Amino acid sequence: MEAPILSIVVFTPIVFGVVLFFFPAERHREIRIFALAGAAITLVLSLWAYFTYDLAVGGYQLIEHYTWVPRLGISYHVGIDGMNAPLVLLTGVVMFTGVLISWGIDDRPREFFGFLFILATGVFGVFVSLDLFQLFFFYEIAVFPMYLLIAIWGWKVTREYAAMKLTLYLFIGSVVALIGGLAMYFASGTHSFSLFALEQAGFSVDFQRFWFPFVFFGFAVLGGIFPVHNWSPDGHVAAPTAVSMFHAGVLMKVGAFAALRVGIMLLPEGARFWAPLILGLATVNVVYGAFIASIQTDFKYVIGFSSVSHMGLVILGFATLNLTGITGAGIQMFSHGVMTALMFAVVGMVYDRAHTREIPKLGGFIKVMPLAGIAFIVAGLASMGMPGFSGFIAEFPIFMGLWQSQPIVAIIAAISIVITAGYIMRVIGRVFFGEMPEEFKGHITPITNFDKIALVILAGLLILIGVYPSIIAPLVESGAQVVLALVGGA
Amino acid sequence: MSIASFESSTLLIVLPEILLLVLAGIILVVGLTSKRSRDMLLAWLTALGLTGILIITLLYGRPGENDVLIFGGMLRHDWMAFSFKVLFLFAAAMTALLSIDVEGVEDRGEYYALIVVATLGMSLMASSADMIMLFLAIETTSIPLYILAGFMKGDDKSTEAGLKYFLFGALTSAVMLYGFSLLYGFSGDTNIYRLSEALRAGAISPWMIGGMAVLVLVGFSFKISAVPFQFWAPDVYEGAPTPITAFISTASKAAGFTVLLRFMLAVFPVIETEWATLVAVIATVTMTVGNLLALPQTNIKRLLAYSSIAHAGYAMIGLVALSSFGTASVIFYLIGYIVTNIAAFAVVILFARSAGSDEIVDYAGLSRRSPGLALVLLVALLSLGGMPPLAGFVAKFYVFAAAVESGWIWLAFVGVLNAIIGLYYYMTILKVVYLYRSDDEDKPIAIPRSYALVLVICVIAILAIGTLSAPWLDWSIKSALSLF
Repeated sequence: MEAPILSIVVFTPIVFGVVLFFFPAERHREIRIFALAGAAITLVLSLWAYFTYDLAVGGYQLIEHYTWVPRLGISYHVGIDGMNAPLVLLTGVVMFTGVLISWGIDDRPREFFGFLFILATGVFGVFVSLDLFQLFFFYEIAVFPMYLLIAIWGWKVTREYAAMKLTLYLFIGSVVALIGGLAMYFASGTHSFSLFALEQAGFSVDFQRFWFPFVFFGFAVLGGIFPVHNWSPDGHVAAPTAVSMFHAGVLMKVGAFAALRVGIMLLPEGARFWAPLILGLATVNVVYGAFIASIQTDFKYVIGFSSVSHMGLVILGFATLNLTGITGAGIQMFSHGVMTALMFAVVGMVYDRAHTREIPKLGGFIKVMPLAGIAFIVAGLASMGMPGFSGFIAEFPIFMGLWQSQPIVAIIAAISIVITAGYIMRVIGRVFFGEMPEEFKGHITPITNFDKIALVILAGLLILIGVYPSIIAPLVESGAQVVLALVGGA
Repeated sequence: MSIASFESSTLLIVLPEILLLVLAGIILVVGLTSKRSRDMLLAWLTALGLTGILIITLLYGRPGENDVLIFGGMLRHDWMAFSFKVLFLFAAAMTALLSIDVEGVEDRGEYYALIVVATLGMSLMASSADMIMLFLAIETTSIPLYILAGFMKGDDKSTEAGLKYFLFGALTSAVMLYGFSLLYGFSGDTNIYRLSEALRAGAISPWMIGGMAVLVLVGFSFKISAVPFQFWAPDVYEGAPTPITAFISTASKAAGFTVLLRFMLAVFPVIETEWATLVAVIATVTMTVGNLLALPQTNIKRLLAYSSIAHAGYAMIGLVALSSFGTASVIFYLIGYIVTNIAAFAVVILFARSAGSDEIVDYAGLSRRSPGLALVLLVALLSLGGMPPLAGFVAKFYVFAAAVESGWIWLAFVGVLNAIIGLYYYMTILKVVYLYRSDDEDKPIAIPRSYALVLVICVIAILAIGTLSAPWLDWSIKSALSLF
């Protein structure tokens, strides 16, 4: 029997997290080293899982299946395919870089890393789930620690408000989706929570049209869909750096992924029926998000709203219901995850030193932290969709897919590219170039080596995918084909 | 179902009850002869005695393949009764351990003896198959609890709690008894399992039967603190000695549910859609009122009182489903709820022991004063809020699943939205615990061994029920099937 790689990936973080709680609270150094070790092992494991996947064979691989609650047909059932394999890797990357960036956390690091690792297990669990109950189980585990992480270690001004808002939004979404999931289970008559069984259940058209919005939008709340995106910029801004990275980088993908996996793939007829509405809302996301981002003066809010805009592209890609669009959305999930993690990391580095995020008050930071500046520029170019960076590989197919199905939407959504270019250039120009204000001169310390490693990894990935897309694109396309086989579109 | 004739082996079935009575006597005698220095001894005697009876019940109290009525149809020996006996014994043992040095309680012998007698009453409630027996069992449970609630004689709030609990209880019992008498009058029988036949054969107007159902529901609603008979709960929970609050909110509530499930399912199948609708409405109002009134609370015992009202509402959803899975989900819910709530109250007791306060604001800095205790509170509150991988999540999942299965979609939605409100106030407590600072942060909180034992047992149980729910669910289904 092969090693249960996926289970090891899923449970390594929580094991490290639980062990962390047994460390004496004041041994900060040991706690950090242990946390870093845990994150590094998880990264290696997720790389292992990613590269073990054999594209030539296709389908779901590394499958593990154990009955959990036989009476109700609940199993522990995991596996990866082209859609979730990149997301597993993404989680490993963001977790590792997030721990590197958080080296300086001084307030109860034991609890901080402990909760972060529990969250990571939840995220991994959702991505690899092939059982609906299990998916919900891990989904909630992924969401709740966010509350504590933001409320305890977040930005003092808004953390209580933002943490509560985020948690309530996400839970309302998830419980609505939960009822939809239960309705599917009982309507299917298969007496099984297995996603495969539910895919084949043959729900009636009316059933699908009725329940699709509950399930899809319930999860899409976490994907940041308009008009329930509101929690996300507030949450991003209030969160401590590593948590913002995790949150925008990984957690929003959990929502989008679950909306795809449970909503679109189990209720394809519902997806076709509701696609116009989703396209409309996601277009608002893309354009409105970019526009709001461009008028923010708080550095972190710019990135927060840019996430809303970019996640809109993911959902747009899903809603095209064609191969090109869904492939693009899949790549965008990975690309945006890395890109936004990098941006939030840089924002955190600037804020930790300048103690302000007001863009007009900043300037000239490239002189003291050149690597951070360059990395941010890489991320900015990726986010504008420049060829040579991952954003291009992701966004180009999305727009192509859109053009095939809804040319008008494609044109409207393309406006966002211009707006994005505008605000990214403005931020880069104001924060990193220009004259550094007098008050900062001599006070700004360079970034640490750990910070540098994290930035190099993240920026490197963006460029790697940009110049060598075949490391991810064919894989995601194979995953998109699975989706399409169910949806049955063009 | 036939009534088994009396044999000496029948006594083995009620062995747990006999042993409980013996234990109560022993405690009373030891209590009379003991001095204050023997408080510890009494607590451990009670706890170990109850644990021993629990083990004996598990070994010898297991029902056979067929459910039997014994003692002329007074009691029913089935999985339902067996499961709940085990639960009550567990809750009582935990309560005894938590009572070790609770302040303001004199006459400890009587105190522990009353806990044991109340447990005896609960066991009988779980197995009563006759209205007369049932009424006696309910009173055997309630009267000791009235006294226990008012046990701190020097404390006005405790006295008030006892009196209030007694007045409410007496009133609702009287109404329930009136319902019983009407049922007897119309059917000429007192046995629960023959009543439904008699009611059907008697061709009694459904309205009349409905009226009788409402009357008995009054009594049951009081025991489970369902709206509109929940008014006693906050004051009693706040005033009573905290271990007793824990006991009332867990074991006593679960005992109320055993009666509710058995009685409604057995006696009123004639009008089951009607009473199910009524229970659905009560569940909705109970959840909503409990959760909304919990929001403004500043005292943690009062907050948990309202939260426990809400939890009665969630559990009732499973009953509305009128299916064996629905009933099983109620039982599962109660199992999860009992271990979780005991853990929560254990933290409250420990905190009050060191800090002398039940106000939520004083919990500020708890995560620095005692990270372990804060973590237990986190686990307990999240389980109450329905978060995985804890017991509360699967419990809620099964209850809502039962509702969806039987087509009660709107009720499931009411339930999940209420769960969100619940989560909100649990999180506000956690916020105080983890986020706010206080001046007392350097004062640690002592956790004596007996309390630590309770905390560890409950946390392990919460995690075990939450992650490996299959055996517990099978057990619940087995119990539920004995009612159908």
